[in-house]
Amino acid sequence: MLNKIYDWVDERLDITPIWRDIADHEVPEHVNPAHHFSAFVYCFGGLTFFVTVIQILSGMFLTMYYVPDIENAWNSVYYLQNEVAFGEIVRGMHHWGASLVIVMMFLHTLRVFFTGSYKKPRELNWMVGVGIFGIMLGLGFTGYLLPWDMKALFATKVGIEIAASVPFIGGMIKTLLAGDEVILGAQTLTRFFAIHVFFLPAALFGLLAAHFILIRRQGISGPL
Amino acid sequence: MHRGKGLKFVGDSRVLHPSSRKKKGPKDYSEYPGKTEAFWPDFLLKEWLIGSVFLIGYLILTVSHPSPLERQADPTDTAYIPLPDWYFLFLYQLLKYQFASGPYNVIGAIVMPGIAFMALLLVPFLDTSKERRPFKRPLPTGFMLLAIASIIFLTWESVVNHDWEAAKAQGEIREEVSVEFDENSEGYQLYSTSSCIGCHGNAFEGGIGPTLVGTGRSAEEIYEIGKNGIASMPAGTYQGTDEELQVIAEFISTLEASE
Repeated sequence: MLNKIYDWVDERLDITPIWRDIADHEVPEHVNPAHHFSAFVYCFGGLTFFVTVIQILSGMFLTMYYVPDIENAWNSVYYLQNEVAFGEIVRGMHHWGASLVIVMMFLHTLRVFFTGSYKKPRELNWMVGVGIFGIMLGLGFTGYLLPWDMKALFATKVGIEIAASVPFIGGMIKTLLAGDEVILGAQTLTRFFAIHVFFLPAALFGLLAAHFILIRRQGISGPL
Repeated sequence: MHRGKGLKFVGDSRVLHPSSRKKKGPKDYSEYPGKTEAFWPDFLLKEWLIGSVFLIGYLILTVSHPSPLERQADPTDTAYIPLPDWYFLFLYQLLKYQFASGPYNVIGAIVMPGIAFMALLLVPFLDTSKERRPFKRPLPTGFMLLAIASIIFLTWESVVNHDWEAAKAQGEIREEVSVEFDENSEGYQLYSTSSCIGCHGNAFEGGIGPTLVGTGRSAEEIYEIGKNGIASMPAGTYQGTDEELQVIAEFISTLEASE
């Protein structure tokens, strides 16, 4: 039955090459921990993606309860944390996942750096990866404000002051992020919510797609 | 050209016929001898196992350490000492050094992180040798190790110089307590004219110090705390006479939250 469906689709769309690029390729010995235990360092990239998927899923569930407005944001998080079934787990996974993704991405970066895998012909993929790193830090920074508790507000104040100290365009960056030249308040929260939930994930998906397409095209770098 | 399911592949689609292989560039891994394994399904099943072990650790972390939530943001509390998430601590710490703060703030906030980020981004064009082994390219390896050491050092400095207990206390969610008491009583009169009120609030609701409603302590215990201090409250904070302190202590010991 499944074969019939596959054949029916394949006859019209020629999906075998696509399937082949996604799944039907070979894994070389030097990256396979089953053959060389030290090859576990090659797992960091995959684990980063794994945590990213968990972040996307848990984040989608969090938005079912979260209200991005200064009156209700904290109360909605408090309710989610203390009243909603498994709310504490979902928020906990999103909270700890944000740290884990940074850790895993840092380790992945170090693996690529110390194996010299960024060298020709993989320069572009390295730069895409550094872009992903920047986006992830942006997600961490914007997400920190959303619970609208004391540490969120005051850490964001510091962060925005740092952004405002950029020469020439600092003031504009501050207004863009905070929604006001002076006040850090209702506007800032809705902006950070929009940036955290729409703008940065959109950029992240684009860069991730580029990252993976380039890996499939160029393959994993050879053994040292 | 043959298309579709019947198409036969050998090895990897990136492996070209030897005659069409270019001599330039690094060797493809398929040119090295070794035991390759099909990604689907063999390798993915093993990867899935590693992922599951990772997920179990992740869930244990989540369950054993509930994510923190401080009290609702209050922009008027100017005494609050801010702290960013842990992975920004090293950048935050950098701003505390003399060469990177005050008039040189832009160096610590923009220039140094900017140079580091641009160097990371442009690494492939700064290190263009063909050598890949880290020990054979000492400069890139050395700079990276230096950067890692700096990040660890700055994060460490930030952590040990931060007062974590005060940070925990300043952000704690306070339950709103209300208490009925006689504002004209001698106890409240003495309380409101002493230094107690500064930290414990006009209606004993707490502030820098904890609430004094329903402490569960006896008058003697409260008297002792007033004399000798407790936790972050130093001894001798109370400036009045012992008799007055006794009256205040007795008054506080009677305070119970009203429904």
